[in-house]
Amino acid sequence: MRGAKTMKWSALAAAVALAATACGGSGGDGGSAAGKPAGYVSIFNGEPQHPLLPSNTNEKFGGYVIDALFTGLVGYDAKGGLTDMNAESVDSKDNKTWTVKLKKGWKFHDGTDVTAESYVKAWNWMANVKNKQANSYWFDDIKGYQDVHPEKGEPKKDEMEGLKVVDDHTFTIELSKPVPYFEYKLGYKTFTPLPESFYKDPKGFGQKPVGNGPYKFQKWTHNKLIQVKAVSSYKGPNKAKNKGIQFKNYSKLESAYQDALSGNLDMVDGVGPKDLPKRKADFGDRALDVPYAGTQSIVPAFYSKPFKDVDPKVIQGLSMAIDRETITKTVLQGTRIPSKGFTPPQVKGYQKLDTDVLSYNPKKAKQYIKEGGGVPGNKIWIQYNADGGHKEWVTAVCNSIKKATGVTCVGDSKPDFQTDLEGRQANKVKGMYRGGWLADYPLNINFMQDLYKTGASTNYGRFSDKKVDELFDKGDHAESLDESIKDYQAAEKELLKKMPAIPLWDYAANIVHSENIDDVKVGFDGNVLLTDITVK
Amino acid sequence: MGRYVARRLLQMIPVFIGSTLLIFCMMYALPGDPVRALYGEKAPDPAQIAAIKHQLGLDLPLWHQYWNYLTGLFQGDFGTQIASQRPVFDVIEQAFPVTIRLTLFAFVFTVVAGILLGLVSGLRADKALDRIVLVFTLLLISVPSFVLGFLFQYLFAFQLGWVTPTVQNSRDLGQLLLPAIVLAALSLAYVTRLTRTSVAENLRADYIRTAIAKGLPRRRVVGVHLLRNSLIPVVTFLGTDIGSLMAGAVVTEGIFNVHGVGNAIFEALNRREGSTVVGIATLIVIVYLVASLLVDLLYAVLDPRIRYD
Repeated sequence: MRGAKTMKWSALAAAVALAATACGGSGGDGGSAAGKPAGYVSIFNGEPQHPLLPSNTNEKFGGYVIDALFTGLVGYDAKGGLTDMNAESVDSKDNKTWTVKLKKGWKFHDGTDVTAESYVKAWNWMANVKNKQANSYWFDDIKGYQDVHPEKGEPKKDEMEGLKVVDDHTFTIELSKPVPYFEYKLGYKTFTPLPESFYKDPKGFGQKPVGNGPYKFQKWTHNKLIQVKAVSSYKGPNKAKNKGIQFKNYSKLESAYQDALSGNLDMVDGVGPKDLPKRKADFGDRALDVPYAGTQSIVPAFYSKPFKDVDPKVIQGLSMAIDRETITKTVLQGTRIPSKGFTPPQVKGYQKLDTDVLSYNPKKAKQYIKEGGGVPGNKIWIQYNADGGHKEWVTAVCNSIKKATGVTCVGDSKPDFQTDLEGRQANKVKGMYRGGWLADYPLNINFMQDLYKTGASTNYGRFSDKKVDELFDKGDHAESLDESIKDYQAAEKELLKKMPAIPLWDYAANIVHSENIDDVKVGFDGNVLLTDITVK
Repeated sequence: MGRYVARRLLQMIPVFIGSTLLIFCMMYALPGDPVRALYGEKAPDPAQIAAIKHQLGLDLPLWHQYWNYLTGLFQGDFGTQIASQRPVFDVIEQAFPVTIRLTLFAFVFTVVAGILLGLVSGLRADKALDRIVLVFTLLLISVPSFVLGFLFQYLFAFQLGWVTPTVQNSRDLGQLLLPAIVLAALSLAYVTRLTRTSVAENLRADYIRTAIAKGLPRRRVVGVHLLRNSLIPVVTFLGTDIGSLMAGAVVTEGIFNVHGVGNAIFEALNRREGSTVVGIATLIVIVYLVASLLVDLLYAVLDPRIRYD
């Protein structure tokens, strides 16, 4: 019996020890996220993938916070036009050398002045290959980019030759070749200034950024929330109409939806498939669907068996075999808008195309495919990533094609986006792949050049056409922005004949918000304009 | 006894190394490059990818990477996340306390409610109450946990308004109640079934008849003689269950927006953060090992005939 007794004690002791460590461990997680200060707006968000640096943020969750904290030189209005933000003017006579004049009196949140030096020094740092910033390629138009970011090896210089400070509030940007639409690119979030304090501790800055934007950073409790406070002395046109924002971390859209429904969360800018059918019933006119500049398409891989040396007529036929109206209404619950061209209507340079290639016409579809010589093997594949909720519409598109034309169409599912991308990069797409493109800047050029130019890095279909390239080239060498846009409009008409992709539909932001807030508007990129939100 | 525990602890070392190696290899074998994924749909920059890989040691051969990981681990370094550049230790430190609270809560609920229900229905085997409990437990086993989660959310948060739909504060035990019950539901059902069968069987055993014949009070017969002997299979189940409660809460954590281990490991897998996955999985392996040791020790407490020398 004695043995059993000691045994009992040691087991008990071990159990107590386990429980004690468990309780002792509860210090690190910052469990209490505290309440929301009055006048703040709480919105759905996720954990930013990268530290909070404008030059290293290329996904949505981090992008929201960066946009709140930083203001660049220019911004975009609702119609895709340019507005000056921190810049007083951005001018160029030859599209090659751009002179930037800054508005005076702007300050970083730590009280230091925003000067020309704040921009030039920051951009040199961001572009430098040693600093490994994901957005560094944005600077490659600038003369001397190759010196700080060579394709191989160590950088030769610390500074790009093309950037010159003239005085405290003026600097010039010289490009390696003229880019008529460079000013549009400047609206991208990586073209921001950084305060002097950044260079002392770049790593710490990424956890506690100091910006020059409408909001000031307050706290970041990892996996819980990020809180920013409105800056009362902010001088930009987008001054906050609320007192601050809480970006709350949710791992699932569904749970955020429930919180919004019960009033614990002010806004969610996405609705899970489970809640899509009932969002109007639950939220009434507080459920919004706002179209923005993003498109979805299916892209033929021009090296694959079904599409090698294909007659574009076949692709046109396939396009006419897709019943976009019905699929967007039923399978996609009205969250997408059928495409009318290669560019969405929210960008500058959008044009109405006079074509029936993008409308459903089973009879003509059959005829076109026949005239074009048919699809080799009479079978196509659509590659997609299974983790993005694409399965349903891929199946619907396939059924539509099969029913209309008799061409067998099957979905080729990859487990996740990384695997999908890897297949595209390695030229291993069996037939077509799902293409998605969100505007970097609201210009029609952005929807063509990066995707369909011969050798362009995101041209995974490996489309190549001499005439299209010539038109793109002409647009890139145009005298003015307007002419450049026009040349690209001509290129879009040519694309319709060559069909480097089958446009399907444009995105809409699906937003639900609580009764506490009002004035929820959406920018061209699908992000809610946080500064405009008012609290009731 | 002391020697037995020491031996078991020493045995943990090869198990630990073997399991980390296995998980490490699995992560390595997964398709999809985490560094490439940093660039999303945009054009990757080969020079930069090479630089990042070199900095994190991802360009080394597998054995070398594993060796670096293991030596780092023994110095308390769990590695660094690729995208967020946060130390993996921070991620773990944040996720584990939440999960441990949730698990303990669910575990206590399972033990108390499960054994009680099992005992009651075992004592009244094949009577009406036993049937009701049987139907109830079958229901719990067959309903998927996300259905139960959404049902509870609808009932308690929207119809009755007792709680908020998701956990706002992971330190508030009242808010953890709902997810803990959902998490415990399946184990509760198993524990009830196991206890019931075991109790019903032992009720017919000779030593129970002897105890009753001796004239012992009923409370002592049931509480000590019957229950103690019936708990051995239940304890075995509970020991392995504590590990699966910790790691397998992805669905429940998602519904109630609890940022625990399940969620952390799921997100890390999606982002191909190898060192995070291996780190968390390793800790869960340790939890399993310690729990099974405790179970073996508890056998001896429950049944004095079992000895470890």
